[in-house]
Amino acid sequence: MKFTLSWLKDHLETEADVAEIGETLTDLGLEVEGISNPAERLGAFTIGKVISAEKHPDADRLSVCQVATDQGEKQIICGAPNARAGITVVVAHPGTYIPGIDTTIQVGKIRGVESHGMMCSEREMELSDEHDGIIELPSGEVGDRFVDWLAAHDPAKADPVIEIAITPNRQDALGVHGIARDLAARGLGRLKPLEIAPVPGSFESPITVTIDETLKTGGCPHFTGRVIRGVKNGPSPQWLQDRLKAIGLRPISALVDITNFVTYDQNRPLHVFDADIVQGNLRVHPATGGETILALDEKEYTFAPGMMAISDENGAESIAGIMGGAHSGCTEDTVTVFLESAYWDPVTIARTGRALKINSDARYRFERGVDPAHTLPGLEAATRMILDLCGGEASEVVQDGAPVDLSRAYRLDTDHVQSLVGMTIPADEQRRTLESLGFTLSGDMASPPSWRHDVLGAADLVEEVARIASLTKLEAKPMPRMSTGVSRPVLTPLQRREQIARRTAAGLGYNECVTYSFIDARSAALFSGGTDETRLENPISSEMSHMRPAVLPGLLQAAAKNQARGFMDLALFEVGPAFHGGEPQEQHLQLCGLLVGRTGPKDVHGAARPVDLYDAKADAEAILSAIGAPAKAQILRGAREWWHPGRHGMICLGPKKVLAVFGEVHPRVLEAMDVKGPAVGFTIWPEEIPAARNSQSTRPALHLNDLQAVERDYAFVVDADVEAINVANAAAGADKVLIETVRVFDEFVGGALGGDKKSLAITVRMQPTEKTLTEGDIEAVSAKIVEKVGKATGGVLRG
Amino acid sequence: MDDLRTKYLEAIAGAGDEAAIEDLRVQAVGKKGEISLKMRELGKMAPEERQVAGPALNALKDEINAALAAKKAALADAALDARLKDEWLDVTLPSRTRPAGSVHPVSQVTEEVTAIFADMGFAVAEGPQIESDWHNFDALNIPDHHPARGEMDTFYMHRAEGDNRPPHVLRTHTSPVQIRAMELRGAPLRVICPGRVYRSDYDQTHTPMFHQIEGLAIDRDISMANLKWCLEEFAAAFFEVDKIEVRFRASHFPFTEPSAEIDFRCSWEGGQLKLGEGDDWLEAGGSGMVHPKVLEAGGIDPSQWQGFAFGLGIDRLAMLKYGIPDLRAFFESDLRWLRHYGFLGLDQPTTHGGLSR
Repeated sequence: MKFTLSWLKDHLETEADVAEIGETLTDLGLEVEGISNPAERLGAFTIGKVISAEKHPDADRLSVCQVATDQGEKQIICGAPNARAGITVVVAHPGTYIPGIDTTIQVGKIRGVESHGMMCSEREMELSDEHDGIIELPSGEVGDRFVDWLAAHDPAKADPVIEIAITPNRQDALGVHGIARDLAARGLGRLKPLEIAPVPGSFESPITVTIDETLKTGGCPHFTGRVIRGVKNGPSPQWLQDRLKAIGLRPISALVDITNFVTYDQNRPLHVFDADIVQGNLRVHPATGGETILALDEKEYTFAPGMMAISDENGAESIAGIMGGAHSGCTEDTVTVFLESAYWDPVTIARTGRALKINSDARYRFERGVDPAHTLPGLEAATRMILDLCGGEASEVVQDGAPVDLSRAYRLDTDHVQSLVGMTIPADEQRRTLESLGFTLSGDMASPPSWRHDVLGAADLVEEVARIASLTKLEAKPMPRMSTGVSRPVLTPLQRREQIARRTAAGLGYNECVTYSFIDARSAALFSGGTDETRLENPISSEMSHMRPAVLPGLLQAAAKNQARGFMDLALFEVGPAFHGGEPQEQHLQLCGLLVGRTGPKDVHGAARPVDLYDAKADAEAILSAIGAPAKAQILRGAREWWHPGRHGMICLGPKKVLAVFGEVHPRVLEAMDVKGPAVGFTIWPEEIPAARNSQSTRPALHLNDLQAVERDYAFVVDADVEAINVANAAAGADKVLIETVRVFDEFVGGALGGDKKSLAITVRMQPTEKTLTEGDIEAVSAKIVEKVGKATGGVLRG
Repeated sequence: MDDLRTKYLEAIAGAGDEAAIEDLRVQAVGKKGEISLKMRELGKMAPEERQVAGPALNALKDEINAALAAKKAALADAALDARLKDEWLDVTLPSRTRPAGSVHPVSQVTEEVTAIFADMGFAVAEGPQIESDWHNFDALNIPDHHPARGEMDTFYMHRAEGDNRPPHVLRTHTSPVQIRAMELRGAPLRVICPGRVYRSDYDQTHTPMFHQIEGLAIDRDISMANLKWCLEEFAAAFFEVDKIEVRFRASHFPFTEPSAEIDFRCSWEGGQLKLGEGDDWLEAGGSGMVHPKVLEAGGIDPSQWQGFAFGLGIDRLAMLKYGIPDLRAFFESDLRWLRHYGFLGLDQPTTHGGLSR
């Protein structure tokens, strides 16, 4: 919402300057987005007089002028065709910022002749687009400030323009009068009442209006109008054009400009029909759907059921409350008009406007709710302006329906400001505040004025009182703790788990990414997503069309982008949500890690090597261990299709409880996502990890044994597809008391063993508890180990 | 005997290697060595003679043994010195690399904010990111026709044909978690709700996904003055300065009443942001007293309870505190950016140890 200072002063008697008004508006909740103040912009420009002007020795189009200024006589080179002796001009001295060309003027030489300043055109001072020559002032003394001259002779151009943001609740501030009321309530001046004298009609309106019964209690409770005949449309007077231009509206014709003026002045949108084109009477009715109309924006719209139309015998002439039709719109030749001022239901207007995608000043105001009591006064005010500016005579008013009654009252509890906001404001000041905003007080009941649709409860009264008193003055007050003493932990076990997992991953050398939760359909489809359930109806781009089914595709995209920048060795991770459906509960947490390329840059120690799945496995296990997953988990196969079928494993507690997957990313996925391998990764589902069974902090007792432990190595020849864990588990089962650990330390495939065999070597650590082991004891256990392994895997001790 | 002593001590001193020492040991004090043989002769001596010769021979034997040991050690030292002379490595060669991981600023700042509010008794509540229309809007006093809906640039989820429920949305703010927390926990209540939010906007300062943190405190006697204190405490703790003045500016949010924009006092001297001083104000977020209708929607009786709520931008807080210029880069996963703006895994922010270093 834009307005000028002089416009505001039409409604507010005030001594405050524009800066104070700006600060107050912001504090009142009418946030100033900008103030364009010519006095600030042009404060340094002064009036000068050209004493002489001679042609520049080296340039035909330039003149060398001697100019009388407040700083004495100055030589200024000027390129304007009208630069000549005797004219009164506007001078910018060196060091002055020229807004229209975004430059600060310096002393300079132009084709070898010194120039000490500049004489300006209107465009250079952003006063207008005029740039045919420098300004020639009809009056003015050398040395006077140009803004003072402007204020006296052309005030519209010196008028500061204020732009404020309007929150959705403050429809009343969409008119300058409403803004003035807020400022007056704060004490920044006196509100000048709107004085609207009804214009008596001199003839019966040849056009009448009816509202369909179904709309009278809904979409259109009240419609007023009248015919004005004998008008002369044409350009509106300069002052009106200036006002509209200042707030960014294009003057069109007097009739249209008047409706725009009243819209911004009193938040009262109007419409004028060319009455000579309207056939018969006007009817406000619900659209049946399918009717079309060419609107004033020269676009064709089709009504849907539930929308409202104003029709004559020809059909729809207006999209009610949103935009008039082009057919019956006013032109320069219009001589008879039908002026409309109606009240439209905000919800119907909002839905219609949204459906038709029309953003008009009328829609903007009606959907926020205009003052229902101002329908007829608004019509009268506009009638008066039309008669004043366009002449003609007005008919009697025709109307249907009545102003909608929104009267209501809430109890004003003057202690409530203290208990809810924490401000102490005397009761009589609270009452005075509400009254100055237009509230009616009766006992302790306060009735909001008809223009304040937003006040819907006692809390709103508090808000008004506190807002006018200024929340800036609110003093902070300490808030007691919920309980005394040391504060207790607040994180849930899962939240802790997420933090620890994240910091463990970072500690293992992974860089944390935060990638978008949405992803393109093709990438999502590679990870069993990309279906309609997780599709956005209005994605911002096709790259972000679906909720991600997993975190891994986002990391693969990140890897591809980094590879394109020349970073080939990557360790990336992300903790975040994945979406297995489109319902709120169909979201789960994943921690995903991705290793690409080599373990590090090539180095003198030869330590770097291509990453492999055991790197991913180690990191997954380290993170699982850090977040309290049970140490004994199964490793199963059979994870989803984006993993390499033979090179992945699932870390499980039983076949259905998958805690994590690790492995190589499927080569087809890598190719589709443009990632150069090798690439291995893991996904952990932190929510799947069972909660700790006991919550006690005590550890089980530690039993240390002084008897010497013995380690023995065994190498078994097994079939190539035998899994190492089965050998280790079988060995461990040989003596569950004595055998402490079994560790696989070597794998050898092929060679003399043949292609279908391999050798697996294990170290078995035996820890006696009662007596030192003799060679005989060890032999006995060894025999059992060989037997168990043989039975479980078919392995034989390697000779 | 003196001759013997001189002979061996000189020979030991002149020995060139361990083998020569061993030879000398055998010659002198070995089983059949010269001194051993002399000691065997002691038995044949007269007692008086033996009393003199015995200790002398023992002393000589000890002396020679000591000399042998000393020489042996000296030779070993010399040999080690000689070996070390050849053992030279170029210590300027690079060490074996260890990968350096990092924590994303969004995660770090979320934990910082969590640590501060945890100290004031706020728990962490969470909620879904695909959210029902009701939780994201209606329950927050934003009915279907409310203009605020149009201003939110909402992402809508696809609705299958025949499913006539209003489409779900990607939550446009963390405020729906207020409702879920009230439903789940009741009053009194203190929670913060950090997380991802979504709006259909992409330009220099907007990304379609960003992070907010919501705060909600409900009690019987809690006011906007407490809210202001809470935010002042937060601001000073977060930016690690003594005090930051908070300014409330009247505003409007459908879910709070009264509503206020939160500004922090700051200065922008020389393009450098300094919080807590100066004459400028930094817009930090929105806040207010929870609207009675919102309490009702969360199943809390507004005649018994009242409370405040606020919302701050996590990414924005991160940008301000750590001088990160561009929001869009947060989500681009550029390794150089992650390394430059990331944090060590061990840098867990705490109120007792400090939030940053």
